[in-house]
Amino acid sequence: MAPEYNMMELMICVASRYLEDGKTVAVGTGAPCAAAMLAQKTNSPELVILFEAGGVAPQLPQMPISVGDSSTFYRAVMAAGMVEMMTTCARGQVDYAFLGGAQIDKYGNINSTCIGDYYKPKVRFPGSGGANDFASLCWRTMVMTVHEKARFVEKCDFVTSPGFLGGDGGREEAGLPQGGPYKIITDLAVMGFDESTHAMQIESLHPGVEADKVQAETGFELVIPAEIGRTEPPTAEELRILRDEVDPGRLVIGRA
Amino acid sequence: MKVLDEGVNPLFMDPDPDKARDFFRQKTRAMVDKRTTEKEAVEKYVTDGCYLAIGGFGANRIPNAIVHEIVRQGRKNLGFLGHTSTHDFQVLAAGKVFNRVDSAYIVGLEARGLSRNARRYMESGEVQVTEWSNYALAARLRAAAEGVSFGLTRCMLGTDTFKMSAAKVVECPFTGKKFVAVPALWPDVAAIHVHEADMYGNSVIRGISVADLELARAAKHLIITAERLVNNSIIRDDPTVTSIPFYLVDAVVEVPFGSYPGNMPYLYFSDEEHLAQWLKVEKDPEEFKKFLDHYIYGVDSFEDYLVRCGGLKRMEELQKLESFVED
Repeated sequence: MAPEYNMMELMICVASRYLEDGKTVAVGTGAPCAAAMLAQKTNSPELVILFEAGGVAPQLPQMPISVGDSSTFYRAVMAAGMVEMMTTCARGQVDYAFLGGAQIDKYGNINSTCIGDYYKPKVRFPGSGGANDFASLCWRTMVMTVHEKARFVEKCDFVTSPGFLGGDGGREEAGLPQGGPYKIITDLAVMGFDESTHAMQIESLHPGVEADKVQAETGFELVIPAEIGRTEPPTAEELRILRDEVDPGRLVIGRA
Repeated sequence: MKVLDEGVNPLFMDPDPDKARDFFRQKTRAMVDKRTTEKEAVEKYVTDGCYLAIGGFGANRIPNAIVHEIVRQGRKNLGFLGHTSTHDFQVLAAGKVFNRVDSAYIVGLEARGLSRNARRYMESGEVQVTEWSNYALAARLRAAAEGVSFGLTRCMLGTDTFKMSAAKVVECPFTGKKFVAVPALWPDVAAIHVHEADMYGNSVIRGISVADLELARAAKHLIITAERLVNNSIIRDDPTVTSIPFYLVDAVVEVPFGSYPGNMPYLYFSDEEHLAQWLKVEKDPEEFKKFLDHYIYGVDSFEDYLVRCGGLKRMEELQKLESFVED
Protein backbone atom coordinates (compact mmCIF):
# COMPACT_ATOMS: atom_id res chain seq x y z
CA MET A 1 0.00 0.00 0.00
CA ALA A 2 1.30 3.44 -0.90
CA PRO A 3 2.20 5.52 2.16
CA GLU A 4 0.08 8.53 3.12
CA TYR A 5 1.61 11.96 3.15
CA ASN A 6 0.57 15.60 3.29
CA MET A 7 1.26 18.27 0.66
CA MET A 8 4.19 19.80 2.54
CA GLU A 9 5.86 16.38 2.76
CA LEU A 10 5.30 15.86 -0.95
CA MET A 11 6.81 19.24 -1.85
CA ILE A 12 9.85 18.67 0.36
CA CYS A 13 10.49 15.18 -1.04
CA VAL A 14 10.12 16.39 -4.63
CA ALA A 15 12.43 19.38 -4.06
CA SER A 16 15.06 17.21 -2.39
CA ARG A 17 15.39 15.05 -5.53
CA TYR A 18 16.48 18.02 -7.63
CA LEU A 19 19.49 18.76 -5.40
CA GLU A 20 22.42 16.91 -6.96
CA ASP A 21 25.21 15.43 -4.94
CA GLY A 22 28.40 17.46 -4.55
CA LYS A 23 26.67 20.76 -5.31
CA THR A 24 26.05 23.79 -3.13
CA VAL A 25 22.65 25.08 -2.07
CA ALA A 26 21.75 28.33 -0.32
CA VAL A 27 18.68 27.77 1.81
CA GLY A 28 16.32 29.72 3.99
CA THR A 29 14.33 28.46 6.95
CA GLY A 30 11.40 26.07 6.65
CA ALA A 31 10.63 23.83 3.69
CA PRO A 32 13.77 24.58 1.61
CA CYS A 33 15.99 23.73 4.55
CA ALA A 34 14.05 20.52 5.14
CA ALA A 35 14.46 19.62 1.44
CA ALA A 36 18.22 20.16 1.59
CA MET A 37 18.54 18.16 4.83
CA LEU A 38 16.47 15.33 3.32
CA ALA A 39 18.64 15.33 0.17
CA GLN A 40 21.75 14.94 2.33
CA LYS A 41 20.24 11.88 4.00
CA THR A 42 19.05 10.29 0.73
CA ASN A 43 20.41 10.97 -2.75
CA SER A 44 23.04 13.65 -2.05
CA PRO A 45 25.18 12.99 1.04
CA GLU A 46 27.82 15.45 -0.22
CA LEU A 47 25.38 18.31 -0.80
CA VAL A 48 26.76 21.48 0.83
CA ILE A 49 24.29 23.68 2.68
CA LEU A 50 25.02 27.41 2.88
CA PHE A 51 23.27 30.17 4.82
CA GLU A 52 23.44 33.81 3.74
CA ALA A 53 24.43 35.08 7.18
CA GLY A 54 27.64 33.03 7.09
CA GLY A 55 27.08 29.35 7.95
CA VAL A 56 29.07 26.98 5.69
CA ALA A 57 28.28 23.25 5.63
CA PRO A 58 26.70 22.94 9.09
CA GLN A 59 25.64 19.61 10.56
CA LEU A 60 22.19 20.97 11.35
CA PRO A 61 21.02 19.73 14.75
CA GLN A 62 17.46 21.00 14.24
CA MET A 63 15.38 23.12 11.86
CA PRO A 64 16.68 26.69 12.05
CA ILE A 65 14.25 29.45 13.00
CA SER A 66 16.47 32.11 11.46
CA VAL A 67 19.04 31.90 8.65
CA GLY A 68 21.49 33.36 11.17
CA ASP A 69 20.71 31.39 14.32
CA SER A 70 23.30 29.17 15.98
CA SER A 71 22.05 25.99 14.33
CA THR A 72 23.02 27.38 10.89
CA PHE A 73 26.69 27.03 11.76
CA TYR A 74 26.51 24.17 14.27
CA ARG A 75 29.55 21.98 13.61
CA ALA A 76 30.03 23.91 10.36
CA VAL A 77 33.36 24.07 8.55
CA MET A 78 33.31 27.86 8.70
CA ALA A 79 31.36 30.61 10.41
CA ALA A 80 31.77 33.41 7.88
CA GLY A 81 29.71 36.48 7.01
CA MET A 82 27.44 37.84 4.35
CA VAL A 83 30.16 39.16 2.06
CA GLU A 84 31.83 35.73 2.01
CA MET A 85 28.56 34.02 1.11
CA MET A 86 27.43 36.49 -1.53
CA THR A 87 30.83 36.74 -3.20
CA THR A 88 30.81 32.94 -3.40
CA CYS A 89 27.54 33.25 -5.32
CA ALA A 90 29.01 36.03 -7.47
CA ARG A 91 32.02 33.87 -8.39
CA GLY A 92 29.67 31.17 -9.66
CA GLN A 93 30.19 28.62 -6.89
CA VAL A 94 26.61 28.32 -5.67
CA ASP A 95 24.43 25.95 -7.67
CA TYR A 96 21.00 26.21 -6.10
CA ALA A 97 19.09 28.74 -4.05
CA PHE A 98 15.54 28.68 -2.76
CA LEU A 99 13.39 31.81 -2.91
CA GLY A 100 9.97 32.74 -1.64
CA GLY A 101 7.55 35.59 -2.13
CA ALA A 102 4.00 36.89 -2.29
CA GLN A 103 3.82 36.86 -6.09
CA ILE A 104 5.56 35.09 -8.97
CA ASP A 105 4.99 35.80 -12.66
CA LYS A 106 5.29 33.63 -15.76
CA TYR A 107 9.00 34.37 -16.16
CA GLY A 108 9.73 33.47 -12.56
CA ASN A 109 10.19 37.05 -11.34
CA ILE A 110 9.34 37.31 -7.66
CA ASN A 111 7.76 39.96 -5.46
CA SER A 112 8.57 40.03 -1.74
CA THR A 113 8.43 43.83 -1.31
CA CYS A 114 4.89 45.20 -1.48
CA ILE A 115 1.34 44.88 -2.78
CA GLY A 116 -0.13 47.98 -4.38
CA ASP A 117 1.67 51.19 -5.21
CA TYR A 118 5.25 51.21 -3.95
CA TYR A 119 4.99 54.64 -2.33
CA LYS A 120 1.57 53.92 -0.80
CA PRO A 121 1.72 50.16 -0.28
CA LYS A 122 -1.41 48.27 0.63
CA VAL A 123 0.88 45.74 2.26
CA ARG A 124 4.58 46.14 2.98
CA PHE A 125 6.61 42.92 3.05
CA PRO A 126 10.24 42.53 4.14
CA GLY A 127 11.80 43.27 0.74
CA SER A 128 14.70 41.50 -0.91
CA GLY A 129 16.78 40.37 2.02
CA GLY A 130 19.27 38.12 0.28
CA ALA A 131 16.73 36.90 -2.30
CA ASN A 132 17.67 39.32 -5.08
CA ASP A 133 21.33 38.43 -4.57
CA PHE A 134 20.66 34.69 -4.86
CA ALA A 135 18.31 35.17 -7.83
CA SER A 136 20.92 37.31 -9.58
CA LEU A 137 24.01 35.27 -8.79
CA CYS A 138 23.19 31.56 -8.29
CA TRP A 139 22.97 29.10 -11.18
CA ARG A 140 19.55 27.64 -10.50
CA THR A 141 16.84 29.08 -8.27
CA MET A 142 13.84 27.18 -6.96
CA VAL A 143 10.58 28.14 -5.29
CA MET A 144 8.36 26.05 -3.02
CA THR A 145 4.90 27.53 -2.58
CA VAL A 146 1.19 26.82 -2.41
CA HIS A 147 -0.40 27.14 -5.82
CA GLU A 148 -3.02 29.87 -5.90
CA LYS A 149 -4.17 32.47 -8.40
CA ALA A 150 -3.29 35.41 -6.17
CA ARG A 151 0.33 34.25 -6.12
CA PHE A 152 0.83 33.21 -9.74
CA VAL A 153 0.18 36.55 -11.42
CA GLU A 154 0.51 37.94 -14.92
CA LYS A 155 2.59 40.82 -13.59
CA CYS A 156 4.14 41.27 -10.15
CA ASP A 157 3.25 44.52 -8.37
CA PHE A 158 6.98 44.85 -7.72
CA VAL A 159 9.82 42.75 -9.10
CA THR A 160 12.01 42.20 -6.07
CA SER A 161 14.14 39.36 -7.45
CA PRO A 162 14.83 38.53 -11.07
CA GLY A 163 13.63 35.44 -12.86
CA PHE A 164 14.00 35.69 -16.62
CA LEU A 165 12.72 39.31 -16.44
CA GLY A 166 10.90 39.92 -19.76
CA GLY A 167 11.60 36.43 -21.12
CA ASP A 168 14.17 35.30 -23.64
CA GLY A 169 17.30 37.47 -23.45
CA GLY A 170 15.94 39.43 -20.49
CA ARG A 171 18.72 38.57 -18.09
CA GLU A 172 21.45 39.13 -20.69
CA GLU A 173 20.07 42.52 -21.63
CA ALA A 174 19.92 43.62 -17.99
CA GLY A 175 23.53 42.52 -17.50
CA LEU A 176 22.73 39.62 -15.18
CA PRO A 177 24.97 36.57 -15.29
CA GLN A 178 23.60 33.28 -16.62
CA GLY A 179 21.27 31.53 -14.22
CA GLY A 180 17.65 31.97 -13.30
CA PRO A 181 14.60 30.00 -12.23
CA TYR A 182 14.84 26.23 -12.44
CA LYS A 183 11.87 24.55 -10.73
CA ILE A 184 8.72 25.89 -9.09
CA ILE A 185 7.36 23.23 -6.77
CA THR A 186 3.79 23.68 -5.56
CA ASP A 187 1.12 21.57 -3.92
CA LEU A 188 -0.29 20.83 -7.40
CA ALA A 189 2.63 20.39 -9.76
CA VAL A 190 6.24 20.98 -10.66
CA MET A 191 6.79 23.81 -13.14
CA GLY A 192 9.88 24.51 -15.20
CA PHE A 193 10.56 27.03 -17.94
CA ASP A 194 10.40 26.67 -21.71
CA GLU A 195 13.92 26.56 -23.10
CA SER A 196 13.42 29.18 -25.78
CA THR A 197 10.78 31.57 -24.42
CA HIS A 198 11.58 31.04 -20.72
CA ALA A 199 7.85 31.04 -19.96
CA MET A 200 6.64 28.85 -17.10
CA GLN A 201 5.48 25.38 -18.12
CA ILE A 202 4.03 22.39 -16.33
CA GLU A 203 6.57 19.60 -16.04
CA SER A 204 4.89 17.10 -13.78
CA LEU A 205 1.50 16.85 -12.15
CA HIS A 206 1.15 15.59 -8.60
CA PRO A 207 -0.94 12.43 -8.04
CA GLY A 208 -4.62 13.13 -8.62
CA VAL A 209 -4.09 16.58 -10.18
CA GLU A 210 -4.89 17.42 -13.82
CA ALA A 211 -3.47 20.26 -15.91
CA ASP A 212 -6.74 22.22 -16.05
CA LYS A 213 -6.75 22.43 -12.26
CA VAL A 214 -3.22 23.86 -12.27
CA GLN A 215 -4.17 26.35 -15.00
CA ALA A 216 -7.28 27.36 -13.05
CA GLU A 217 -5.13 28.24 -10.05
CA THR A 218 -2.69 30.26 -12.17
CA GLY A 219 -3.23 33.92 -13.12
CA PHE A 220 -1.47 33.65 -16.47
CA GLU A 221 -1.38 31.17 -19.33
CA LEU A 222 0.91 28.28 -18.53
CA VAL A 223 2.77 26.42 -21.23
CA ILE A 224 1.18 22.96 -21.22
CA PRO A 225 3.30 20.47 -23.19
CA ALA A 226 1.62 17.60 -25.02
CA GLU A 227 3.23 15.11 -22.68
CA ILE A 228 3.40 15.90 -19.00
CA GLY A 229 5.05 13.70 -16.42
CA ARG A 230 3.51 12.43 -13.19
CA THR A 231 5.23 13.36 -9.95
CA GLU A 232 6.58 10.32 -8.15
CA PRO A 233 4.95 10.37 -4.71
CA PRO A 234 7.20 10.28 -1.63
CA THR A 235 8.61 6.86 -0.89
CA ALA A 236 8.20 5.22 2.50
CA GLU A 237 11.93 5.70 3.07
CA GLU A 238 11.86 9.42 2.23
CA LEU A 239 8.92 9.92 4.57
CA ARG A 240 10.59 8.00 7.37
CA ILE A 241 13.74 10.10 7.17
CA LEU A 242 11.81 13.34 6.79
CA ARG A 243 9.61 12.59 9.81
CA ASP A 244 12.12 10.91 12.10
CA GLU A 245 15.38 12.67 11.32
CA VAL A 246 14.78 15.94 9.47
CA ASP A 247 11.74 17.42 11.19
CA PRO A 248 10.80 15.32 14.22
CA GLY A 249 9.25 18.40 15.82
CA ARG A 250 6.95 18.74 12.78
CA LEU A 251 7.81 22.45 12.60
CA VAL A 252 7.57 22.42 8.81
CA ILE A 253 5.70 19.27 7.84
CA GLY A 254 3.09 20.00 10.49
CA ARG A 255 2.16 23.18 8.65
CA ALA A 256 0.37 21.47 5.77
CA MET B 1 32.80 55.05 -16.52
CA LYS B 2 29.51 55.39 -18.37
CA VAL B 3 26.32 55.53 -16.30
CA LEU B 4 23.62 53.51 -18.09
CA ASP B 5 20.75 53.67 -15.60
CA GLU B 6 20.00 54.90 -12.12
CA GLY B 7 17.66 54.23 -9.22
CA VAL B 8 15.09 56.92 -8.42
CA ASN B 9 15.00 56.94 -4.64
CA PRO B 10 17.00 59.26 -2.36
CA LEU B 11 20.55 58.65 -1.25
CA PHE B 12 20.48 59.47 2.46
CA MET B 13 24.21 59.66 3.15
CA ASP B 14 27.09 61.44 1.43
CA PRO B 15 29.44 58.92 -0.29
CA ASP B 16 32.42 61.32 -0.42
CA PRO B 17 35.48 59.40 0.89
CA ASP B 18 37.45 62.56 1.66
CA LYS B 19 34.78 63.85 4.02
CA ALA B 20 34.92 60.45 5.72
CA ARG B 21 38.71 60.64 5.92
CA ASP B 22 38.48 64.10 7.47
CA PHE B 23 36.19 62.65 10.12
CA PHE B 24 38.37 59.63 10.82
CA ARG B 25 41.48 61.84 10.94
CA GLN B 26 40.22 63.55 14.09
CA LYS B 27 38.81 60.39 15.70
CA THR B 28 41.06 59.38 18.61
CA ARG B 29 43.47 56.50 18.21
CA ALA B 30 44.43 56.56 21.88
CA MET B 31 44.04 53.28 23.76
CA VAL B 32 41.95 54.68 26.58
CA ASP B 33 39.30 53.32 28.91
CA LYS B 34 35.98 53.54 27.01
CA ARG B 35 33.76 51.79 29.51
CA THR B 36 30.40 53.43 30.00
CA THR B 37 26.69 52.65 30.42
CA GLU B 38 24.12 52.09 27.68
CA LYS B 39 22.39 55.26 28.88
CA GLU B 40 25.47 57.44 28.45
CA ALA B 41 26.52 55.81 25.20
CA VAL B 42 23.13 56.51 23.63
CA GLU B 43 23.01 60.08 25.02
CA LYS B 44 26.39 60.83 23.56
CA TYR B 45 26.44 59.04 20.22
CA VAL B 46 22.84 58.47 19.10
CA THR B 47 21.54 61.96 18.51
CA ASP B 48 18.23 63.03 16.94
CA GLY B 49 18.46 62.94 13.17
CA CYS B 50 21.60 60.82 12.98
CA TYR B 51 21.98 57.69 10.83
CA LEU B 52 22.01 54.46 12.84
CA ALA B 53 23.06 50.88 12.06
CA ILE B 54 22.54 47.83 14.27
CA GLY B 55 24.85 44.84 14.07
CA GLY B 56 24.02 41.15 14.16
CA PHE B 57 21.19 39.49 12.31
CA GLY B 58 17.80 40.65 13.51
CA ALA B 59 17.35 38.35 16.49
CA ASN B 60 20.88 36.95 16.55
CA ARG B 61 23.73 38.67 18.38
CA ILE B 62 21.94 42.03 18.50
CA PRO B 63 22.92 44.90 20.85
CA ASN B 64 19.42 44.98 22.30
CA ALA B 65 20.31 47.07 25.37
CA ILE B 66 21.23 49.91 23.01
CA VAL B 67 18.12 49.36 20.89
CA HIS B 68 15.89 49.58 23.99
CA GLU B 69 17.75 52.59 25.32
CA ILE B 70 17.28 54.50 22.03
CA VAL B 71 13.54 53.91 22.28
CA ARG B 72 13.47 54.74 26.00
CA GLN B 73 15.28 58.02 25.40
CA GLY B 74 12.78 58.86 22.66
CA ARG B 75 15.15 59.51 19.79
CA LYS B 76 13.46 60.85 16.67
CA ASN B 77 14.09 61.35 12.95
CA LEU B 78 16.90 58.84 12.73
CA GLY B 79 18.07 57.31 9.47
CA PHE B 80 18.25 53.51 9.75
CA LEU B 81 20.16 50.80 7.97
CA GLY B 82 17.55 48.09 7.44
CA HIS B 83 20.03 45.33 6.76
CA THR B 84 19.05 41.89 8.07
CA SER B 85 16.97 43.70 10.68
CA THR B 86 14.10 41.85 12.33
CA HIS B 87 13.46 42.16 16.07
CA ASP B 88 15.73 45.22 16.28
CA PHE B 89 13.62 46.86 13.57
CA GLN B 90 10.45 45.86 15.39
CA VAL B 91 11.62 47.52 18.62
CA LEU B 92 12.84 50.69 16.90
CA ALA B 93 9.60 50.90 14.88
CA ALA B 94 7.66 50.62 18.16
CA GLY B 95 9.45 53.78 19.30
CA LYS B 96 8.96 55.45 15.90
CA VAL B 97 12.56 56.56 16.14
CA PHE B 98 13.39 56.64 12.41
CA ASN B 99 11.88 58.47 9.46
CA ARG B 100 14.10 57.17 6.66
CA VAL B 101 15.33 53.67 5.97
CA ASP B 102 17.76 52.03 3.59
CA SER B 103 15.92 48.75 3.34
CA ALA B 104 16.98 45.26 2.38
CA TYR B 105 14.99 43.34 5.01
CA ILE B 106 12.48 45.03 7.30
CA VAL B 107 9.13 44.36 9.09
CA GLY B 108 9.57 40.59 9.11
CA LEU B 109 10.97 38.21 11.71
CA GLU B 110 11.83 35.46 9.22
CA ALA B 111 9.95 32.20 9.90
CA ARG B 112 8.20 33.78 12.90
CA GLY B 113 6.03 36.09 10.78
CA LEU B 114 5.58 39.79 10.14
CA SER B 115 5.48 42.53 12.75
CA ARG B 116 2.07 44.19 12.42
CA ASN B 117 3.19 47.32 14.19
CA ALA B 118 6.30 47.73 12.03
CA ARG B 119 4.12 47.18 8.97
CA ARG B 120 1.62 49.81 10.13
CA TYR B 121 4.49 52.26 10.58
CA MET B 122 5.96 51.49 7.14
CA GLU B 123 2.53 51.72 5.48
CA SER B 124 1.73 55.05 7.19
CA GLY B 125 3.77 57.15 4.79
CA GLU B 126 5.81 58.61 7.67
CA VAL B 127 8.96 56.77 6.64
CA GLN B 128 10.99 57.38 3.48
CA VAL B 129 12.42 54.16 2.05
CA THR B 130 15.16 53.35 -0.43
CA GLU B 131 15.42 49.70 -1.53
CA TRP B 132 18.52 47.52 -1.63
CA SER B 133 19.41 43.85 -1.27
CA ASN B 134 21.37 42.39 1.64
CA TYR B 135 24.52 42.06 -0.43
CA ALA B 136 24.12 45.57 -1.88
CA LEU B 137 24.07 47.00 1.64
CA ALA B 138 27.00 44.85 2.76
CA ALA B 139 28.87 46.05 -0.35
CA ARG B 140 28.08 49.66 0.57
CA LEU B 141 29.59 49.12 4.01
CA ARG B 142 32.58 47.33 2.51
CA ALA B 143 33.23 50.24 0.14
CA ALA B 144 33.07 52.63 3.10
CA ALA B 145 35.46 50.42 5.07
CA GLU B 146 37.85 50.50 2.10
CA GLY B 147 37.67 54.28 1.88
CA VAL B 148 36.28 54.34 -1.66
CA SER B 149 33.07 55.99 -2.79
CA PHE B 150 31.34 52.97 -4.31
CA GLY B 151 31.33 49.21 -4.57
CA LEU B 152 30.40 47.03 -7.53
CA THR B 153 27.99 44.11 -7.66
CA ARG B 154 25.89 42.22 -10.20
CA CYS B 155 22.83 42.03 -7.98
CA MET B 156 19.68 44.16 -8.35
CA LEU B 157 20.09 44.42 -12.17
CA GLY B 158 16.84 44.51 -14.13
CA THR B 159 14.50 44.67 -11.12
CA ASP B 160 12.28 47.14 -9.27
CA THR B 161 14.62 46.69 -6.32
CA PHE B 162 17.20 48.50 -8.45
CA LYS B 163 14.70 51.06 -9.72
CA MET B 164 13.72 51.98 -6.14
CA SER B 165 17.32 52.12 -4.96
CA ALA B 166 19.85 54.94 -5.22
CA ALA B 167 22.35 52.80 -7.11
CA LYS B 168 23.57 53.26 -10.68
CA VAL B 169 24.24 50.82 -13.52
CA VAL B 170 27.67 51.46 -14.99
CA GLU B 171 29.63 50.02 -17.89
CA CYS B 172 32.82 48.17 -17.05
CA PRO B 173 35.80 49.98 -18.62
CA PHE B 174 37.52 46.63 -19.30
CA THR B 175 34.76 44.28 -20.50
CA GLY B 176 31.89 46.58 -21.39
CA LYS B 177 29.62 44.52 -19.12
CA LYS B 178 27.02 46.07 -16.81
CA PHE B 179 27.58 46.37 -13.07
CA VAL B 180 25.66 48.01 -10.26
CA ALA B 181 27.62 50.74 -8.50
CA VAL B 182 26.48 51.05 -4.88
CA PRO B 183 27.49 54.18 -2.95
CA ALA B 184 29.69 53.85 0.14
CA LEU B 185 27.77 54.20 3.39
CA TRP B 186 29.36 55.65 6.53
CA PRO B 187 26.67 55.45 9.26
CA ASP B 188 26.96 58.13 11.96
CA VAL B 189 26.76 55.48 14.63
CA ALA B 190 26.58 51.71 14.89
CA ALA B 191 26.08 49.35 17.82
CA ILE B 192 27.44 45.80 17.74
CA HIS B 193 27.09 43.09 20.37
CA VAL B 194 30.13 40.86 20.90
CA HIS B 195 31.17 37.99 23.11
CA GLU B 196 34.13 39.65 24.76
CA ALA B 197 35.73 43.07 24.76
CA ASP B 198 38.39 44.79 26.80
CA MET B 199 37.97 48.30 28.17
CA TYR B 200 39.58 49.77 25.06
CA GLY B 201 37.11 48.11 22.71
CA ASN B 202 39.20 45.24 21.33
CA SER B 203 36.44 42.78 20.57
CA VAL B 204 35.94 39.09 19.94
CA ILE B 205 32.96 37.71 18.03
CA ARG B 206 32.34 33.96 18.00
CA GLY B 207 30.34 32.35 15.21
CA ILE B 208 29.13 34.11 12.09
CA SER B 209 30.05 37.76 11.67
CA VAL B 210 27.15 38.67 9.31
CA ALA B 211 28.21 42.14 8.04
CA ASP B 212 29.65 43.37 11.32
CA LEU B 213 33.31 43.41 10.31
CA GLU B 214 32.42 45.77 7.46
CA LEU B 215 29.99 47.75 9.63
CA ALA B 216 32.55 48.24 12.41
CA ARG B 217 34.95 49.76 9.85
CA ALA B 218 32.32 51.93 8.15
CA ALA B 219 30.61 53.47 11.19
CA LYS B 220 31.89 56.86 12.31
CA HIS B 221 31.03 56.07 15.91
CA LEU B 222 30.87 52.54 17.27
CA ILE B 223 29.23 51.37 20.48
CA ILE B 224 30.27 47.88 21.57
CA THR B 225 28.14 45.94 24.00
CA ALA B 226 29.83 42.81 25.29
CA GLU B 227 28.60 39.72 27.09
CA ARG B 228 31.63 40.13 29.29
CA LEU B 229 34.51 42.51 29.74
CA VAL B 230 37.92 40.89 29.80
CA ASN B 231 41.32 42.10 30.80
CA ASN B 232 43.50 43.40 27.99
CA SER B 233 45.97 40.60 28.69
CA ILE B 234 43.31 38.04 27.69
CA ILE B 235 43.00 39.78 24.32
CA ARG B 236 46.79 39.75 23.95
CA ASP B 237 46.97 36.03 24.76
CA ASP B 238 45.20 35.25 21.47
CA PRO B 239 45.05 38.27 19.16
CA THR B 240 44.02 36.07 16.22
CA VAL B 241 40.42 36.12 17.47
CA THR B 242 40.18 39.92 17.71
CA SER B 243 38.06 41.09 14.79
CA ILE B 244 37.26 44.64 15.91
CA PRO B 245 40.30 46.65 17.10
CA PHE B 246 40.09 49.43 19.70
CA TYR B 247 40.62 52.34 17.29
CA LEU B 248 37.24 51.71 15.70
CA VAL B 249 35.42 51.84 19.03
CA ASP B 250 33.99 54.81 20.97
CA ALA B 251 32.14 53.16 23.84
CA VAL B 252 32.21 49.80 25.59
CA VAL B 253 29.27 48.58 27.67
CA GLU B 254 29.18 45.27 29.51
CA VAL B 255 25.73 43.70 29.03
CA PRO B 256 25.38 40.04 30.01
CA PHE B 257 22.52 38.48 28.00
CA GLY B 258 22.68 41.61 25.87
CA SER B 259 21.26 39.95 22.76
CA TYR B 260 18.14 38.75 24.62
CA PRO B 261 15.51 37.85 23.40
CA GLY B 262 17.81 37.18 20.48
CA ASN B 263 20.18 34.27 20.17
CA MET B 264 23.85 34.58 21.22
CA PRO B 265 26.00 31.89 19.61
CA TYR B 266 27.43 29.32 22.02
CA LEU B 267 25.84 31.10 25.02
CA TYR B 268 22.05 31.18 24.83
CA PHE B 269 19.28 30.55 22.31
CA SER B 270 16.53 33.00 21.33
CA ASP B 271 13.50 33.31 23.59
CA GLU B 272 10.86 32.25 21.08
CA GLU B 273 8.06 32.60 23.60
CA HIS B 274 8.89 36.24 24.27
CA LEU B 275 9.31 36.99 20.54
CA ALA B 276 5.93 35.34 19.88
CA GLN B 277 4.46 37.54 22.60
CA TRP B 278 5.73 40.65 20.79
CA LEU B 279 4.10 39.53 17.53
CA LYS B 280 0.85 38.65 19.26
CA VAL B 281 0.45 41.77 21.36
CA GLU B 282 1.04 44.03 18.36
CA LYS B 283 -2.36 43.04 17.01
CA ASP B 284 -4.00 45.35 19.55
CA PRO B 285 -2.45 48.85 19.68
CA GLU B 286 -3.77 49.48 23.22
CA GLU B 287 -2.37 46.21 24.55
CA PHE B 288 0.87 46.90 22.73
CA LYS B 289 1.23 50.28 24.41
CA LYS B 290 0.87 48.63 27.83
CA PHE B 291 3.35 45.98 26.77
CA LEU B 292 5.92 48.62 25.78
CA ASP B 293 5.36 50.48 29.06
CA HIS B 294 5.95 47.28 30.97
CA TYR B 295 9.06 46.15 29.14
CA ILE B 296 10.76 49.33 27.87
CA TYR B 297 9.42 52.69 29.06
CA GLY B 298 8.62 51.51 32.57
CA VAL B 299 12.05 50.12 33.39
CA ASP B 300 15.28 51.94 34.15
CA SER B 301 17.64 49.64 32.37
CA PHE B 302 18.00 46.58 30.20
CA GLU B 303 18.84 44.62 33.32
CA ASP B 304 15.37 45.39 34.67
CA TYR B 305 13.88 44.21 31.39
CA LEU B 306 15.69 40.90 31.78
CA VAL B 307 14.27 40.57 35.27
CA ARG B 308 10.75 41.21 33.94
CA CYS B 309 11.34 38.51 31.33
CA GLY B 310 12.09 35.89 33.94
CA GLY B 311 15.59 36.81 35.02
CA LEU B 312 18.34 34.32 35.58
CA LYS B 313 15.98 31.36 35.65
CA ARG B 314 14.79 32.08 32.12
CA MET B 315 18.34 32.84 30.95
CA GLU B 316 19.49 29.47 32.24
CA GLU B 317 16.75 27.76 30.26
CA LEU B 318 17.91 29.55 27.12
CA GLN B 319 21.53 28.58 27.84
CA LYS B 320 20.43 24.97 27.93
CA LEU B 321 18.63 25.26 24.57
CA GLU B 322 21.81 26.59 22.99
CA SER B 323 23.71 23.38 23.67
CA PHE B 324 21.49 21.52 21.14
CA VAL B 325 21.68 18.45 23.36
CA GLU B 326 18.48 16.72 24.35
CA ASP B 327 17.83 15.94 28.00
